[in-house]
Amino acid sequence: MAQGHFRVWRGNAEGGDLVDYDVEVNEGEVVLDVIHRLQATQAGDLAVRWNCKAGKCGSCSAEINGRPRLMCMTRMSVFAPGETVTVTPMRTFPVMKDLVTDVSYNYAKAQEVPAFAPPPGLAPGEYRMAQEDVARSQEFRKCIECFLCQNVCHVIRDHEENKQAYSGPRFLMRIAELDMHPLDSLDRKRSAQDDHGLGYCNITKCCTEVCPEGIKITDNGLIPLKERVVDRKFDPLGVLKQKLTRR
Amino acid sequence: MDQLEKHSYDVLIIGAGGSGLRAAIAAHEAGLRVAIICKSLFGKAHTVMAEGGVAAAMGNRNPHDNWRVHFRDTMRGGKFLNNWRMAELHAKESPDRVWELETYGALFDRTKDGKISQRNFGGHEYPRLAHVGDRTGLELIRTMQQKIVSLQQDDARRAGMPSGAHDGRLKVFAELTVTELLLTPSGAVSGAFGYWRETGRFVVFKAPAVIIATGGIGKSFKVTSNSWECTGDGMGLALRAGSTLLNMEFVQFHPTGMVWPPSVKGILVTEGVRGDGGVLRNSEGKRFMFDYVPDVFRAQYAETEDEADRWYDDPDHNKRTPDLLPRDEVARAINAEVKAGRGSPHGGVFLDIASRLPKDEILRRLPSMTHQFKELADVDITAEPMEVGPTCHYVMGGIEVDADTAAAARVPGLFSCGEAAGGMHGSNRLGGNSLSDLLVFGRRAGEGAAAYVKALQGSYPVVPQVQVNECMQTALAPLERADGESPYVVHQELQQVMNDLVGIIRRADEIQHALDVLEKLNERSRHLAASGPRDFNPGWHLALDLRNMLLIAECIARAALLREESRGGHTRDDYPAMSEEWRKVNLICSLSADGRSVEVVKQEMPPMRGDLMALFSVEELKKYFTPEELQHLPAEDRTDVERKVEVS
Repeated sequence: MAQGHFRVWRGNAEGGDLVDYDVEVNEGEVVLDVIHRLQATQAGDLAVRWNCKAGKCGSCSAEINGRPRLMCMTRMSVFAPGETVTVTPMRTFPVMKDLVTDVSYNYAKAQEVPAFAPPPGLAPGEYRMAQEDVARSQEFRKCIECFLCQNVCHVIRDHEENKQAYSGPRFLMRIAELDMHPLDSLDRKRSAQDDHGLGYCNITKCCTEVCPEGIKITDNGLIPLKERVVDRKFDPLGVLKQKLTRR
Repeated sequence: MDQLEKHSYDVLIIGAGGSGLRAAIAAHEAGLRVAIICKSLFGKAHTVMAEGGVAAAMGNRNPHDNWRVHFRDTMRGGKFLNNWRMAELHAKESPDRVWELETYGALFDRTKDGKISQRNFGGHEYPRLAHVGDRTGLELIRTMQQKIVSLQQDDARRAGMPSGAHDGRLKVFAELTVTELLLTPSGAVSGAFGYWRETGRFVVFKAPAVIIATGGIGKSFKVTSNSWECTGDGMGLALRAGSTLLNMEFVQFHPTGMVWPPSVKGILVTEGVRGDGGVLRNSEGKRFMFDYVPDVFRAQYAETEDEADRWYDDPDHNKRTPDLLPRDEVARAINAEVKAGRGSPHGGVFLDIASRLPKDEILRRLPSMTHQFKELADVDITAEPMEVGPTCHYVMGGIEVDADTAAAARVPGLFSCGEAAGGMHGSNRLGGNSLSDLLVFGRRAGEGAAAYVKALQGSYPVVPQVQVNECMQTALAPLERADGESPYVVHQELQQVMNDLVGIIRRADEIQHALDVLEKLNERSRHLAASGPRDFNPGWHLALDLRNMLLIAECIARAALLREESRGGHTRDDYPAMSEEWRKVNLICSLSADGRSVEVVKQEMPPMRGDLMALFSVEELKKYFTPEELQHLPAEDRTDVERKVEVS
C-alpha cells in the first residue's frame, strides 16, 4: 500500500477546477480503482462513467496526464513513483459533471449512417461468407464506442464548427465497415464524402494511436475508403457510365 | 417539488441489454410505440461482457445436432429443475434468432463452407456456440443497437423526414434509472417512475405494459464478473409491485475469473479457453478435473487424458474432457482443490492454453483474453498459464414468468425476459445459453406485451398522483439527510457477507448468520445519506440501488436456507446430496404484506410433457426423478427410440 497524489477535474458546464487528493494506492490497481476509492472515502458525489472495468464497454474514457485513455485499462504502475496523476474529462465533448461528458454528438452521427442493407431475396440462414471476407469488417466491429478517437481527432477537437459536417473516425470507420461487408447492398462511397465529411480527415492517425482495441482505423478503414471514393469520383469510364444510366 | 417530466408509451422496456433490445424490436414490429430505458449509455449494458458465444443447434459443425440434443443438454445442465417449456422453446427457436441477427448486419466467425462457425462449450454435446472471437456479447448488443437505429430511420422515412432518425415510435432514454413501478388500484401496471442520472430530475412514464429486462444481481457479491448496473433493480421492482421471484437460491459462480491482482479479481475469463483446448491444473501440474466427474455425468466424459485430448479432433469416437463439465461442477472442483492446499500462489488454480495451442492460434481465437491478461496482470497467456478462480456471474433465479408470453406472475401488464426472468436454466445455466435466452425470450416478451396492449383496445390505465408523490419522497430521502450511513460502506458490508456466508458453499448456520447481518444492514439502509447535489451523484444513485440489492440478497439467503439439498448453483455442505423430492419444488419469493420482509413458499413444478420425457433414457431419468414420477413411463431403455427421433 502506498499514497498516491491525484488531481481530478471537478465541476460542471458552468466551470470547474482541478482538485487535489491524497489517496491510497495498492498493487496492481488501475486509475479507475483509485477514482472509486476517492468516491467511497472522500468524494461521494464524484461523477464518473464506468461499467465493465475490463476494457470491453468503453464507458470510462478520460484524459489521464493529458492522454486520452480508458481509466480501467490504465495501470497505476505506468506512472513513476510519486508522480501526480491528473484526470480530466474528454475535451472534445461538453462537460456534464466532473469526468462525465455529453457524448450525444456521437449518437446523433450514428443515426445518420444508413443501416446494413441485406441483399434482397436472401433468406435468414442462407447467408454464406468466407472468413477472410468478413475479417475486414470484423476488425472495425471490435469497436467498443469509447469515443476516444472522436475525442482526439483535431478536426473536431479544436473546431467546434466542423461537428456539423464531419462524423469523425468512429462513424467513417462504420461506413467503411458496411462498405466492406460482403453482403451489404448499398453504395456508400459518395455519402461518405458528401454527408459525413471524409475529406476533412487528413490521416494524421491520432485516432489509431489512442484506440484501446488496437483497430487500425486510418490504415485499414479510412484510407481504403478514401481510395474507393477517389476511384469512383475520378474514374472517367465510371463517370460516363453513370451519366448514361442516370436517365 | 419539481415540474414533472411525463411520457406516454404503449410498451415500456426497462433495460437495454440483449433481451430488452430484442423485446423492443418485437414490440415495434407489432406496430406499438415503445420506450427503452437504459441505466447507462446506449450500448454499454452488461451483455457486452459475454465472450464465448450464443448457443443454437444449427448443426453447422456437426450435423447430428438438433433442438432435441440442445434441450437435453440444457435440462442436464440445470439438473432437471428447468422450466421445461422454456427450455423447449429456447432450443427450438434459437437457430432462427441467430440467423435473424445476420439480417441485421451481425458478422459471426465462419466455417470453411461459409456458414456460421460454432465452438465447443461446457455441457454442450456438439460444437454449438456461434461466436465472434471472444467478444460475442459485443457483437450481439451492437447489432441490435444498430437495428434499433435502422428501425428509427425507417420511421423517419415514413414520416417524410429527409435523413437521420425519428424516435417518435421507438425512443431510447439513456442514463435513466427506474425506482418504482406504478400500479392501478386493482394491481395492474400503469407505468413507472424514475430519474435522469445526469440531472437527478424525475420522470413519469405512463404505459399499460412494462417489460423488465434489467439483468442480474452480481453486485451484491464481492467477487463478481458483473458491472455496477447488476443490482437486481427489476427483481426489486417486480417484488414491490406484487409479483414473485422463483428459485433465487441458484447463483452461478463462473469457475474461471481472474484472481490476481486484487483489483481485477472476479473479471471473467471465457469458457472458450477450455472450449478451444485449455485445461485446468493444480499446483502439482495435475489435470484434477478427472477426479471430479459426478455419477450423473460419468457416461458422457472421458476417463483418461489421452481420450480427452483425442476428443477435440474426433468427437464421434471419444468422450469429452471433464474440463468442460457444467460450470457448477468445475467451480466446486476448483474450490475443493484450493481448500486442499493445491491452489496457485494467489488462491486459484492454473488454466493452461499456452502448452496446448500454437501462439498464433491463441492470438486468433482469444484476442480479448490475451489483451486482458497482458494489460491487467502482466501475464502472456500464449507463454504461461493463467491463474483463475470462481466468480459470481449469473443468477438462474428471477421473476416468475409464463414460458410462452413472458408475462410475470400476479401483475397484469408486467413482463420479464433475460437474466431478470427465472426458470429457463433450472439450477445451473450452460455457457452460451444466456445469449440465446436473451434473443428467444426477448422476442417473446415483446410479442407478449404487444398482444396484451392490443387486447386493451385503447383503454389505458391512469397513473395515480399519490403514488408519484410517494416515489419522489422515497427517492429524495438520502439527499435530505444531513448525516447518516454512507451507502458505500453499507454496500461493501453487504458484498462481504454475501460472499462469505451465502457464496459457493453454504451451511444453515452461516446462512442464518447472514440473515441476521442483512437485517441489521436493512435497518441501517433506512438512514443512508448522500452528500452533494442532485446532478450525476453516484453516492445518491448507490443509496437508491441498495434498496434492491438488500431485498434480493434476502431472497437469495432465505431460499438458500429453505432448500435442503445440493443442486447446480446451490451447494449445501450440510445437505450434500441431490434430492428427488426437492427436484419437483420451486421456491417462490414474495414481499410480505407490510413490505418489510421476504416470504418464501414451496410450489410444485408441473410434470414434464411425455414427449419431452421420452428424449431421455429411463436410466438417466431415474437419477433425478422419484419412482412415482416415472411409473407411467414404459420401462424399456429409450435409447433406440431416441435415435429414431433424431434421425427423423
